[in-house]
Amino acid sequence: MPQAALPRYSLTAIALHWLLAPCLAIAFFVGLYMADLPISPLRLKLYNWHKWAGICILSLSALRLLWRLTHQPPADPPMPAWQARAAQATHITLYALFMAVPLAGWAYTSASGFPVVLFGVLPLPDFVPADRALAETIKPLHGTLAWALATLAALHVLAALKHHFVDQDGLLQRMRPGR
Amino acid sequence: MTPRSLHTLALTACLAGMALPSTQAQSQTQPRPATVVAAGSEIAFTTRQMGVPVEGRFGRFTAQILLDPKKPESGSVSFSIDTGSARFGTAELDAEVPKATWLQVAQFPQASFASTGIKAAGPGRFEVSGRLSIKGSSKDISVPVQLTQAAGSSLTSTASGSFVIKRLDFKVGDGEWADTSLLANDVQVRFKLQLTGLAPL
Repeated sequence: MPQAALPRYSLTAIALHWLLAPCLAIAFFVGLYMADLPISPLRLKLYNWHKWAGICILSLSALRLLWRLTHQPPADPPMPAWQARAAQATHITLYALFMAVPLAGWAYTSASGFPVVLFGVLPLPDFVPADRALAETIKPLHGTLAWALATLAALHVLAALKHHFVDQDGLLQRMRPGR
Repeated sequence: MTPRSLHTLALTACLAGMALPSTQAQSQTQPRPATVVAAGSEIAFTTRQMGVPVEGRFGRFTAQILLDPKKPESGSVSFSIDTGSARFGTAELDAEVPKATWLQVAQFPQASFASTGIKAAGPGRFEVSGRLSIKGSSKDISVPVQLTQAAGSSLTSTASGSFVIKRLDFKVGDGEWADTSLLANDVQVRFKLQLTGLAPL
Protein backbone atom coordinates (compact mmCIF):
# COMPACT_ATOMS: atom_id res chain seq x y z
CA MET A 1 0.00 0.00 0.00
CA PRO A 2 1.45 3.40 -0.89
CA GLN A 3 2.20 5.32 2.29
CA ALA A 4 1.00 8.65 0.92
CA ALA A 5 -2.48 7.20 0.80
CA LEU A 6 -2.96 7.73 4.56
CA PRO A 7 -3.81 11.26 5.68
CA ARG A 8 -1.84 12.66 8.61
CA TYR A 9 -2.83 14.33 11.84
CA SER A 10 -2.74 18.14 11.77
CA LEU A 11 0.66 19.74 12.34
CA THR A 12 -0.55 21.10 15.71
CA ALA A 13 -1.59 17.62 16.84
CA ILE A 14 1.74 16.16 15.66
CA ALA A 15 3.71 18.93 17.42
CA LEU A 16 1.80 18.47 20.70
CA HIS A 17 2.21 14.68 20.52
CA TRP A 18 5.98 14.81 20.09
CA LEU A 19 6.43 17.63 22.60
CA LEU A 20 4.43 15.87 25.30
CA ALA A 21 5.74 12.34 24.75
CA PRO A 22 9.27 13.02 26.12
CA CYS A 23 7.90 15.39 28.81
CA LEU A 24 5.64 12.62 30.12
CA ALA A 25 8.43 10.02 30.03
CA ILE A 26 10.90 12.30 31.84
CA ALA A 27 8.36 13.43 34.44
CA PHE A 28 7.49 9.78 35.12
CA PHE A 29 11.05 8.56 35.59
CA VAL A 30 12.11 11.65 37.59
CA GLY A 31 9.05 11.09 39.79
CA LEU A 32 10.03 7.45 40.36
CA TYR A 33 13.65 8.34 41.13
CA MET A 34 13.10 11.33 43.40
CA ALA A 35 10.53 9.74 45.71
CA ASP A 36 13.11 7.69 47.63
CA LEU A 37 15.90 10.30 47.80
CA PRO A 38 17.01 11.61 51.19
CA ILE A 39 16.63 15.37 51.70
CA SER A 40 19.27 17.14 49.62
CA PRO A 41 19.54 20.10 47.23
CA LEU A 42 19.21 17.63 44.32
CA ARG A 43 15.95 16.27 45.71
CA LEU A 44 14.58 19.78 46.23
CA LYS A 45 15.44 20.65 42.61
CA LEU A 46 13.96 17.43 41.19
CA TYR A 47 10.72 17.84 43.16
CA ASN A 48 10.24 21.39 41.94
CA TRP A 49 11.19 20.59 38.34
CA HIS A 50 8.77 17.65 38.45
CA LYS A 51 5.97 19.96 39.67
CA TRP A 52 6.74 22.59 37.04
CA ALA A 53 6.81 19.89 34.35
CA GLY A 54 3.47 18.59 35.64
CA ILE A 55 1.86 22.02 35.35
CA CYS A 56 3.24 22.43 31.80
CA ILE A 57 1.97 18.94 30.87
CA LEU A 58 -1.45 19.76 32.33
CA SER A 59 -1.70 23.05 30.39
CA LEU A 60 -0.49 21.58 27.10
CA SER A 61 -2.78 18.55 27.56
CA ALA A 62 -5.76 20.84 28.05
CA LEU A 63 -4.86 22.57 24.77
CA ARG A 64 -4.35 19.21 23.12
CA LEU A 65 -7.70 17.90 24.33
CA LEU A 66 -9.42 21.04 23.03
CA TRP A 67 -7.67 20.61 19.67
CA ARG A 68 -8.55 16.93 19.48
CA LEU A 69 -12.24 17.65 20.22
CA THR A 70 -12.44 20.32 17.53
CA HIS A 71 -10.44 18.57 14.80
CA GLN A 72 -11.27 15.35 13.02
CA PRO A 73 -8.36 12.88 13.28
CA PRO A 74 -7.39 10.93 10.15
CA ALA A 75 -9.22 7.67 9.53
CA ASP A 76 -7.73 4.45 10.91
CA PRO A 77 -6.12 2.04 8.48
CA PRO A 78 -8.24 -1.11 8.03
CA MET A 79 -8.12 -3.26 11.19
CA PRO A 80 -10.38 -5.65 13.10
CA ALA A 81 -13.23 -3.89 14.95
CA TRP A 82 -11.95 -4.98 18.41
CA GLN A 83 -8.60 -3.38 17.68
CA ALA A 84 -10.24 -0.13 16.60
CA ARG A 85 -12.34 -0.12 19.76
CA ALA A 86 -9.30 -0.92 21.94
CA ALA A 87 -7.36 1.90 20.29
CA GLN A 88 -10.17 4.36 20.90
CA ALA A 89 -10.58 3.31 24.52
CA THR A 90 -6.82 3.63 25.06
CA HIS A 91 -6.79 7.12 23.53
CA ILE A 92 -9.72 8.32 25.66
CA THR A 93 -8.13 6.92 28.83
CA LEU A 94 -4.74 8.45 27.94
CA TYR A 95 -6.33 11.89 27.56
CA ALA A 96 -8.12 11.48 30.90
CA LEU A 97 -4.84 10.52 32.58
CA PHE A 98 -2.93 13.42 30.94
CA MET A 99 -5.18 15.64 33.09
CA ALA A 100 -5.72 13.40 36.13
CA VAL A 101 -2.07 12.59 36.92
CA PRO A 102 -0.87 16.24 37.13
CA LEU A 103 -4.07 17.28 38.95
CA ALA A 104 -3.56 14.55 41.57
CA GLY A 105 0.09 15.61 41.94
CA TRP A 106 -0.91 19.24 42.35
CA ALA A 107 -3.52 18.27 44.96
CA TYR A 108 -0.95 16.09 46.75
CA THR A 109 1.64 18.86 47.04
CA SER A 110 -1.02 21.39 48.13
CA ALA A 111 -2.34 19.01 50.79
CA SER A 112 1.24 18.43 51.96
CA GLY A 113 1.62 22.16 52.61
CA PHE A 114 3.98 22.81 49.69
CA PRO A 115 2.09 25.00 47.21
CA VAL A 116 3.33 25.01 43.61
CA VAL A 117 5.32 28.11 42.68
CA LEU A 118 5.72 27.80 38.91
CA PHE A 119 9.36 28.30 37.84
CA GLY A 120 10.01 29.58 41.38
CA VAL A 121 8.18 32.84 40.68
CA LEU A 122 4.47 32.30 40.03
CA PRO A 123 2.49 31.00 43.03
CA LEU A 124 -0.40 28.80 41.89
CA PRO A 125 -3.60 28.46 43.92
CA ASP A 126 -4.26 25.44 46.12
CA PHE A 127 -7.54 23.72 45.25
CA VAL A 128 -7.34 21.44 48.28
CA PRO A 129 -6.49 22.57 51.82
CA ALA A 130 -3.15 21.79 53.52
CA ASP A 131 -4.04 18.62 55.41
CA ARG A 132 -1.58 15.80 56.21
CA ALA A 133 -4.25 13.07 56.29
CA LEU A 134 -5.62 14.19 52.92
CA ALA A 135 -2.08 14.26 51.50
CA GLU A 136 -1.53 10.64 52.58
CA THR A 137 -4.76 9.69 50.80
CA ILE A 138 -3.85 11.49 47.56
CA LYS A 139 -0.22 10.31 47.40
CA PRO A 140 -0.94 6.70 46.34
CA LEU A 141 -3.61 7.99 43.92
CA HIS A 142 -1.03 10.15 42.10
CA GLY A 143 1.33 7.16 41.94
CA THR A 144 -1.29 4.68 40.76
CA LEU A 145 -2.61 7.01 38.07
CA ALA A 146 0.97 7.70 36.90
CA TRP A 147 1.64 3.95 36.62
CA ALA A 148 -1.63 3.51 34.72
CA LEU A 149 -0.55 6.28 32.32
CA ALA A 150 2.90 4.73 31.88
CA THR A 151 1.36 1.30 31.23
CA LEU A 152 -1.11 2.62 28.67
CA ALA A 153 1.61 4.71 26.99
CA ALA A 154 3.76 1.58 26.70
CA LEU A 155 0.79 -0.32 25.25
CA HIS A 156 0.23 2.60 22.82
CA VAL A 157 3.89 2.43 21.67
CA LEU A 158 3.80 -1.37 21.31
CA ALA A 159 0.57 -1.21 19.30
CA ALA A 160 2.03 1.48 17.02
CA LEU A 161 5.15 -0.63 16.46
CA LYS A 162 3.00 -3.70 15.78
CA HIS A 163 1.08 -1.73 13.11
CA HIS A 164 4.34 -0.57 11.59
CA PHE A 165 6.39 -3.77 11.64
CA VAL A 166 3.81 -6.57 11.72
CA ASP A 167 0.79 -5.17 9.87
CA GLN A 168 2.94 -2.80 7.80
CA ASP A 169 -0.13 -0.62 7.30
CA GLY A 170 1.77 2.71 7.40
CA LEU A 171 -0.06 3.84 10.55
CA LEU A 172 3.02 5.64 11.88
CA GLN A 173 2.93 7.94 8.85
CA ARG A 174 -0.08 9.69 10.40
CA MET A 175 2.03 11.01 13.28
CA ARG A 176 5.34 11.49 11.45
CA PRO A 177 6.87 14.90 12.11
CA GLY A 178 8.22 17.00 9.23
CA ARG A 179 6.83 17.31 5.72
CA MET B 1 -6.29 37.18 122.20
CA THR B 2 -3.60 34.80 123.33
CA PRO B 3 -0.02 35.96 123.62
CA ARG B 4 0.87 33.57 120.84
CA SER B 5 -1.58 35.10 118.37
CA LEU B 6 -0.45 38.57 119.36
CA HIS B 7 3.07 37.56 118.60
CA THR B 8 2.02 36.22 115.18
CA LEU B 9 0.15 39.43 114.44
CA ALA B 10 3.16 41.54 115.31
CA LEU B 11 5.41 39.43 113.14
CA THR B 12 2.99 39.64 110.19
CA ALA B 13 2.75 43.41 110.53
CA CYS B 14 6.51 43.67 110.72
CA LEU B 15 6.97 41.49 107.59
CA ALA B 16 4.31 43.45 105.72
CA GLY B 17 5.97 46.68 106.71
CA MET B 18 9.27 45.45 105.40
CA ALA B 19 7.82 44.08 102.20
CA LEU B 20 5.74 47.06 101.25
CA PRO B 21 8.44 49.68 100.68
CA SER B 22 10.61 47.30 98.70
CA THR B 23 7.69 46.39 96.36
CA GLN B 24 7.05 50.07 95.79
CA ALA B 25 10.70 50.71 95.08
CA GLN B 26 10.73 47.92 92.50
CA SER B 27 7.62 49.16 90.74
CA GLN B 28 9.23 52.57 90.30
CA THR B 29 12.30 51.24 88.51
CA GLN B 30 10.94 48.14 86.78
CA PRO B 31 7.41 47.16 85.73
CA ARG B 32 5.81 43.94 86.94
CA PRO B 33 6.58 40.95 84.73
CA ALA B 34 3.78 39.99 82.36
CA THR B 35 2.69 36.38 81.98
CA VAL B 36 2.68 34.72 78.56
CA VAL B 37 -0.48 32.68 77.93
CA ALA B 38 0.93 29.74 75.99
CA ALA B 39 -2.39 28.77 74.35
CA GLY B 40 -2.73 32.11 72.55
CA SER B 41 0.94 32.56 71.70
CA GLU B 42 3.17 31.39 68.87
CA ILE B 43 6.49 31.95 67.24
CA ALA B 44 6.44 30.89 63.59
CA PHE B 45 8.91 31.19 60.73
CA THR B 46 8.63 30.98 56.98
CA THR B 47 11.42 29.72 54.77
CA ARG B 48 11.40 29.77 50.97
CA GLN B 49 12.48 26.65 49.06
CA MET B 50 12.79 27.49 45.35
CA GLY B 51 10.15 30.16 45.87
CA VAL B 52 7.82 27.90 47.86
CA PRO B 53 6.92 29.28 51.29
CA VAL B 54 7.24 26.61 53.98
CA GLU B 55 6.11 27.48 57.47
CA GLY B 56 7.30 26.07 60.76
CA ARG B 57 6.87 26.97 64.41
CA PHE B 58 8.58 26.67 67.75
CA GLY B 59 6.47 24.72 70.23
CA ARG B 60 8.34 25.70 73.38
CA PHE B 61 9.75 29.01 74.49
CA THR B 62 9.85 31.13 77.60
CA ALA B 63 9.72 34.90 77.77
CA GLN B 64 10.39 37.47 80.42
CA ILE B 65 8.52 40.65 79.65
CA LEU B 66 8.88 43.68 81.88
CA LEU B 67 7.10 46.56 80.23
CA ASP B 68 5.08 49.55 81.24
CA PRO B 69 3.50 50.56 77.90
CA LYS B 70 3.49 54.19 79.08
CA LYS B 71 7.23 54.10 79.79
CA PRO B 72 8.69 51.61 77.33
CA GLU B 73 12.27 52.87 77.83
CA SER B 74 12.29 51.38 81.31
CA GLY B 75 11.25 47.95 80.07
CA SER B 76 13.06 44.89 78.89
CA VAL B 77 12.13 41.63 77.18
CA SER B 78 14.01 38.40 76.76
CA PHE B 79 13.17 35.11 75.10
CA SER B 80 14.58 31.64 75.32
CA ILE B 81 13.42 29.32 72.55
CA ASP B 82 13.86 25.53 72.56
CA THR B 83 15.42 24.84 69.15
CA GLY B 84 14.40 21.19 69.52
CA SER B 85 10.74 22.22 69.44
CA ALA B 86 10.88 23.49 65.83
CA ARG B 87 8.28 21.73 63.69
CA PHE B 88 7.24 22.03 60.04
CA GLY B 89 4.55 19.39 60.44
CA THR B 90 6.22 17.16 57.85
CA ALA B 91 8.05 14.17 59.36
CA GLU B 92 10.97 14.33 56.94
CA LEU B 93 11.65 18.03 57.51
CA ASP B 94 11.13 17.74 61.27
CA ALA B 95 13.76 15.01 61.40
CA GLU B 96 16.14 17.27 59.47
CA VAL B 97 15.96 20.41 61.63
CA PRO B 98 18.00 19.18 64.66
CA LYS B 99 20.96 18.18 62.45
CA ALA B 100 24.27 20.09 62.49
CA THR B 101 23.53 21.69 59.10
CA TRP B 102 20.42 23.36 60.50
CA LEU B 103 19.82 24.22 64.19
CA GLN B 104 22.36 21.76 65.67
CA VAL B 105 20.06 21.18 68.61
CA ALA B 106 22.45 18.95 70.61
CA GLN B 107 25.07 21.73 70.90
CA PHE B 108 22.68 24.69 70.82
CA PRO B 109 19.44 23.67 72.53
CA GLN B 110 18.33 27.27 72.93
CA ALA B 111 18.06 30.33 70.75
CA SER B 112 17.69 33.58 72.62
CA PHE B 113 16.76 37.20 72.28
CA ALA B 114 17.58 39.90 74.84
CA SER B 115 16.43 43.45 74.38
CA THR B 116 18.87 46.34 74.67
CA GLY B 117 16.29 49.08 74.26
CA ILE B 118 12.56 49.64 73.76
CA LYS B 119 11.15 52.77 72.13
CA ALA B 120 7.61 53.94 71.53
CA ALA B 121 6.81 54.05 67.79
CA GLY B 122 3.24 55.35 67.67
CA PRO B 123 -0.01 54.38 69.36
CA GLY B 124 0.33 50.78 70.55
CA ARG B 125 3.55 50.42 68.61
CA PHE B 126 7.03 49.78 69.89
CA GLU B 127 10.47 49.22 68.44
CA VAL B 128 12.42 46.63 70.36
CA SER B 129 16.18 46.50 69.70
CA GLY B 130 18.18 43.59 70.93
CA ARG B 131 20.54 40.75 70.34
CA LEU B 132 19.38 37.54 68.70
CA SER B 133 21.52 34.45 69.24
CA ILE B 134 21.04 31.28 67.21
CA LYS B 135 23.46 28.38 66.88
CA GLY B 136 26.29 30.25 68.60
CA SER B 137 26.06 33.35 66.38
CA SER B 138 24.65 36.67 67.53
CA LYS B 139 23.22 39.56 65.59
CA ASP B 140 21.67 42.88 66.59
CA ILE B 141 18.13 43.19 65.28
CA SER B 142 15.25 45.58 65.60
CA VAL B 143 11.73 44.20 65.99
CA PRO B 144 8.55 46.21 65.45
CA VAL B 145 5.81 45.23 67.91
CA GLN B 146 2.12 46.02 67.77
CA LEU B 147 0.31 45.88 71.10
CA THR B 148 -3.45 45.59 71.42
CA GLN B 149 -5.44 45.21 74.62
CA ALA B 150 -8.85 43.82 75.38
CA ALA B 151 -10.50 44.43 78.72
CA GLY B 152 -12.21 41.37 80.16
CA SER B 153 -12.21 39.87 83.63
CA SER B 154 -8.54 40.83 83.50
CA LEU B 155 -6.70 42.94 80.94
CA THR B 156 -5.38 40.76 78.11
CA SER B 157 -2.69 42.16 75.81
CA THR B 158 -1.62 40.78 72.47
CA ALA B 159 1.84 41.63 71.17
CA SER B 160 2.47 40.73 67.54
CA GLY B 161 4.85 41.48 64.74
CA SER B 162 7.21 40.05 62.19
CA PHE B 163 10.75 40.61 61.07
CA VAL B 164 13.20 39.11 58.64
CA ILE B 165 16.51 37.50 59.54
CA LYS B 166 19.21 36.08 57.28
CA ARG B 167 19.71 32.39 57.98
CA LEU B 168 23.37 32.48 56.86
CA ASP B 169 24.12 35.12 59.55
CA PHE B 170 23.53 32.23 61.95
CA LYS B 171 25.09 29.49 59.79
CA VAL B 172 21.71 27.80 59.42
CA GLY B 173 21.83 25.63 56.32
CA ASP B 174 25.51 26.04 55.50
CA GLY B 175 27.58 23.82 53.23
CA GLU B 176 25.61 22.35 50.33
CA TRP B 177 22.54 24.37 51.36
CA ALA B 178 24.36 27.74 51.26
CA ASP B 179 22.94 28.31 47.74
CA THR B 180 20.29 30.96 48.40
CA SER B 181 18.66 30.41 44.98
CA LEU B 182 17.54 27.03 46.34
CA LEU B 183 16.85 28.05 49.90
CA ALA B 184 16.33 31.78 50.42
CA ASN B 185 18.60 33.56 52.88
CA ASP B 186 15.66 35.53 54.22
CA VAL B 187 13.58 33.84 56.88
CA GLN B 188 10.50 35.63 58.05
CA VAL B 189 9.77 35.31 61.75
CA ARG B 190 6.26 35.98 62.96
CA PHE B 191 5.18 36.12 66.56
CA LYS B 192 2.01 36.58 68.56
CA LEU B 193 2.09 36.67 72.33
CA GLN B 194 -0.92 36.73 74.56
CA LEU B 195 -0.04 38.45 77.82
CA THR B 196 -1.72 39.02 81.12
CA GLY B 197 -0.47 41.35 83.84
CA LEU B 198 0.65 44.11 81.49
CA ALA B 199 -0.28 47.68 82.51
CA PRO B 200 -2.80 49.51 80.27
CA LEU B 201 -1.60 51.32 77.14
